[in-house]
Amino acid sequence: MKLKSDVAVSDSGFVFLPTTGESFSVNPIGSEVLQLLKEGKSIQEISNQILDKFDTEPLIIDKDLSDFMEILNHYSLLE
Amino acid sequence: MEKQKYERPLIKKLESGMPNKFGTRTGYQPTTHIENVPVKDLIKKYDSPLFVISEKQIRNNVRKAKQAFETRYPKVQFAWSYKTNYLDAVCRTFHQEGSWAEVVSGFEFSKALNNGVNGSKIIFNGPGKSDKDLKMAIENNALIHIDHLEEFYSIRQITEKLNKKAKVAIRVNMDTGIYPMWDRFGFNYENGQAWDVLNKIIRTDSMELVGLHTHIGTFMLAASAYSAAAYKLADLAVSIRKKYNHEIKYIDMGGGFSSKNTLKGAYLPGQDVNPSIDEFAEAITSALINSNFEKGHLPILILETGRALIDDTSYLLGTVLSNKRLSDGRRSTILDAGVNILFTSFWYDHKITPAQPFTQYTEDTVLYGPLCMNIDVVRNNVNLPLLNKGEHVVIHNVGAYNMTQWMQFITLRPRIVMIDEKEQVSLLRERETLSNFLEMESVPEHLKTFDL
Ligand SMILES: Cc1ncc(COP(=O)(O)O)c(C=O)c1O
Repeated sequence: MKLKSDVAVSDSGFVFLPTTGESFSVNPIGSEVLQLLKEGKSIQEISNQILDKFDTEPLIIDKDLSDFMEILNHYSLLE
Repeated sequence: MEKQKYERPLIKKLESGMPNKFGTRTGYQPTTHIENVPVKDLIKKYDSPLFVISEKQIRNNVRKAKQAFETRYPKVQFAWSYKTNYLDAVCRTFHQEGSWAEVVSGFEFSKALNNGVNGSKIIFNGPGKSDKDLKMAIENNALIHIDHLEEFYSIRQITEKLNKKAKVAIRVNMDTGIYPMWDRFGFNYENGQAWDVLNKIIRTDSMELVGLHTHIGTFMLAASAYSAAAYKLADLAVSIRKKYNHEIKYIDMGGGFSSKNTLKGAYLPGQDVNPSIDEFAEAITSALINSNFEKGHLPILILETGRALIDDTSYLLGTVLSNKRLSDGRRSTILDAGVNILFTSFWYDHKITPAQPFTQYTEDTVLYGPLCMNIDVVRNNVNLPLLNKGEHVVIHNVGAYNMTQWMQFITLRPRIVMIDEKEQVSLLRERETLSNFLEMESVPEHLKTFDL
């Protein structure tokens, strides 16, 4: 599961999909996940990285990440 | 290194220029406390879901409503509409503030008596009074508001048998410019029905005609309708006075003032656009004062205001059971409080706030209850901060009709507590248990055992 290569992610939490002209807003964690996806990281790697940095548990991360991926797919942001 | 606070990742499509069907954000502040009592503590002690009532807010509301009418009219009497919320503690708060009781069944009548209300201060409304109910009302000198002719004849029969006079009024229905017109209760003004029955009552020795009553609808959004109704009742009273030299003691304008809730589908929040109690008071009192009553002969004005006095006093606390994504990408959140205990979610877009601090990120959310039923929708579309499993929400303005029309369906009904003026919490109603149900049921002998 990779982010489409033309998806633009700004530091301020703004996401733009040039092919359709659609734009999105993300919260800081969402933005971080998008950056990591762009770098080609796997879900497992992303999950570990978030666990290192944030006060949460593996089970919650897994659940939230799979939901996040589902919505990215829904918005056609994944390859 | 200390870890940062976690929030789930969120992405939201920006739709500039598109009307937002999710409406305005419902609240920018979490509701962490109710009357200075932490929501968390309430749930910890009394469980979730939980109804919480503020005694202080009830008293404020009655006092404000009384003031709105008493500064405009010489003789005003409120009567608490039991069906709106007949928890004894709630009724007694209203009675302590001087309200009489307005009831619509033998059960409610007995409840009012049990609360210590003198029968002569109980108004008995409704189309469903049995002969037994009527006998109880007559024996207790209650104010009986006749709904239809059969009732008139029943009362006449009972009074003759008891050899006791009944104090009666009639319920009048009329065109007030409001659609739909409520014409199923009482006698019609325009077609002369009301005038006919008034003449019958006056000529019946065992009845004393004491009042005229109407209840033109509920959750009224136009104060002007009350003005039209008050003129018509005043006209009947003045005509009775002219023809029989009989003075009607009171005009009862019923209930129906809108609360601050937002009706489903309304474009603007009820908090901002629904008429205030002062606007209703102005419409009613100026109509009565400007009508043809002689100087010094204004009748007592009775009001049976229900939801406008109780809605904003009560909260339903609930807990997030889970989050889930719908096929169209929308987030849905399942709460432990559903339409079985929040009947009014069929009428209103209830204001809902998280009970704990949150960030500025929000998501369009569908809020479901826990029932395995498609109708169990608490809010169809609400823009809410991110809620995690186990977190709490506060549903606002739930004081009217929920604690009477709630259903024992699929789940058991929860506890109700009240916070008093000293910010102490009292249990008003215990939650239901399985044994409550077993007590009422019985199983025929041949069905007691089975082998599976
Ligand atoms: C006769 C009568 N009086 C008073 C009320 C209270 O109405 P509300 O809660 O709309 O003020 C009702 C409610 O249906 C009613 O039927």
